[in-house]
Amino acid sequence: CVCVTVSHSQITRLYSRFHSLDKGENGALSREDFQRIPELAINPLGDRIINAFFPEGEDQVNFRGFMRTLAHFRPVEDNEKNKVLTPGEPLNSRTNKLLFAFRLYDLDRDDKISRDELLQVLRMMVGVNISDEQLGSIADRTIQEADTNGDMCISFNEFTKVLEKVDVEQKMSIRFLH
Amino acid sequence: MEGAWDVALVLFQVWLSIVVGLIMLPAMFGVSLGFTDIYIKVLVKILEWATLRIQRGQREQPTLPSQSANGIIEKKDGSMEEEIEELRRSHPKNLAGGDFTLCDVFYFCKNGIENIVEDQVTQRFTSEELASWNLLTRTNNNFRYISVRLTIIWGLGVFIRYCILLPLRITLAAIGLSWLVIGTTLVGLLPNSNAKSWLSDLVHITCYRICARGLSATIRYHNKENRPKKGGICVANHTSPIDIVILANDGCYAMVGQVHGGLLGVIQRSIVRSCPHVWFERSEMKDRHAVAKRLKDHIADKTKLPILIFPEGTCINNTSVMMFKKGSFEIGGTIYPVAIKYDPQFGDAFWNSAKYNMVSYILRMMTSWAIVCNVWYLPPMTRQDGEDAVDFANRVKSAIAYQGGLVDLFWDGGLKRAKVKESYKEEQQKMYSSMIVGSDSHEAFVDPM
Repeated sequence: CVCVTVSHSQITRLYSRFHSLDKGENGALSREDFQRIPELAINPLGDRIINAFFPEGEDQVNFRGFMRTLAHFRPVEDNEKNKVLTPGEPLNSRTNKLLFAFRLYDLDRDDKISRDELLQVLRMMVGVNISDEQLGSIADRTIQEADTNGDMCISFNEFTKVLEKVDVEQKMSIRFLH
Repeated sequence: MEGAWDVALVLFQVWLSIVVGLIMLPAMFGVSLGFTDIYIKVLVKILEWATLRIQRGQREQPTLPSQSANGIIEKKDGSMEEEIEELRRSHPKNLAGGDFTLCDVFYFCKNGIENIVEDQVTQRFTSEELASWNLLTRTNNNFRYISVRLTIIWGLGVFIRYCILLPLRITLAAIGLSWLVIGTTLVGLLPNSNAKSWLSDLVHITCYRICARGLSATIRYHNKENRPKKGGICVANHTSPIDIVILANDGCYAMVGQVHGGLLGVIQRSIVRSCPHVWFERSEMKDRHAVAKRLKDHIADKTKLPILIFPEGTCINNTSVMMFKKGSFEIGGTIYPVAIKYDPQFGDAFWNSAKYNMVSYILRMMTSWAIVCNVWYLPPMTRQDGEDAVDFANRVKSAIAYQGGLVDLFWDGGLKRAKVKESYKEEQQKMYSSMIVGSDSHEAFVDPM
């Protein structure tokens, strides 16, 4: 198992949050429990983000799963502070953060982003405001830019290469105040 | 056996005369004997001591989690445009039309996860967490044993609150409410005249004052020169049904609401006999025009008392002011905004209607230390030319939030039970679309939110 160290007070706070979202009080969250957060419900990618919490084919996520998904967003510098000596990469490494974002696009979890998947996610983000043709050309251009092996899909490596200059550690991290 | 009953009767009489003499009569005349002030001062000293003890305990045992009042996570206040621009800065700019980059998704992702950990809305529907414990186990989510002395003080507090204060308060509330019903019914028998209105005001105010004593309420009114006048509409933020008692202690208002059954129905029917209040049947509430008409007629009559409305439509936990429904602001007339802020140190006044019904709520109120609050009367406002009802409502809401030190939210209090409207998501999508398509395309909408 890959471990990320979280402080005691943060676990308490997150458990308190988990509990307040769990309206059915059955120790697990359903998709509806997440949808009850208004700011998340209006996020164009809200459904994809919620989906990231649920393993394949499951409808409930327990506290462990909740923490595990959130662990991706720990700031990277905290690892150095705590000198974690576990094998394998921590969940909040740059690579794993990029993988999280990659999976938001990869709808069928086959480790590549096809043109169709990209179009679907784009449609979620823009709603009805952009025509199919324009959206199609945006998707084509994006794939063209990223695709290096000519298979008209974006693999994880190609994804990482395109975003190598982006400050992923900062943009995909959440800092606790304590 | 006889002796025991006699003793009980004598004790009861003594008890009643103490209550009437020392609490009820001064309350009726608006005079304070100073007991409450002393009580509050002593309470503050004890709570300060308790806080220091807890802080000392926390330093000795660093595993105890500390409370935080300002949120759990750091949040940057940037807009969608600012954040996405920053993301794209490191990405090579593309010239072939369209401005989408794969890293845009980071913004939505981080935003979503931040809101899963902590959002601005759902926290308003549960009681505020206190930064320091006030010796009521109900307010400390992380209650932990700290020291023997603290536990003893807490135990003493429980005894005082449940065995001494509670019976006293229940007696006062019972007296206050029965006096309200009897008094207003009697006044209702008189023919309409100035004397009747004066008597009706007297009965109302004395009853509410007795009820306020029944909650050990200490209320500070500020800017009394702005007090609502007849023919106006008084608008306030809503935290609990007690708000009515708080406001009615310093002035007479015409209430607006739905007809209820039970005890509340009895009270409603009797007070409407002595002066006009506006009660609606359930079916009437659905017809917005009928409602507006009745309210308009009421404020047109300058002899009638100002109506009291809570535009949020539901109880919020007194840390923020949520969306004001525009109905009350379409009627016209002068709006008198009032800001009510409770001090959570002495007792949590928020009514979480999902968790507690009315009876348990009142019981909790009566076993708190006290209700301490500040009421600010704000200068009257009227709708300006060219301003629509929604903007006017927001203007009033901001003024109240600013005065009360509350967060001004645009979110609807109805989100307590209902889902958020799709149109908000569509606005987000529109905003993002204008970032992709750019300003030189005929399809772009630049629609500032």
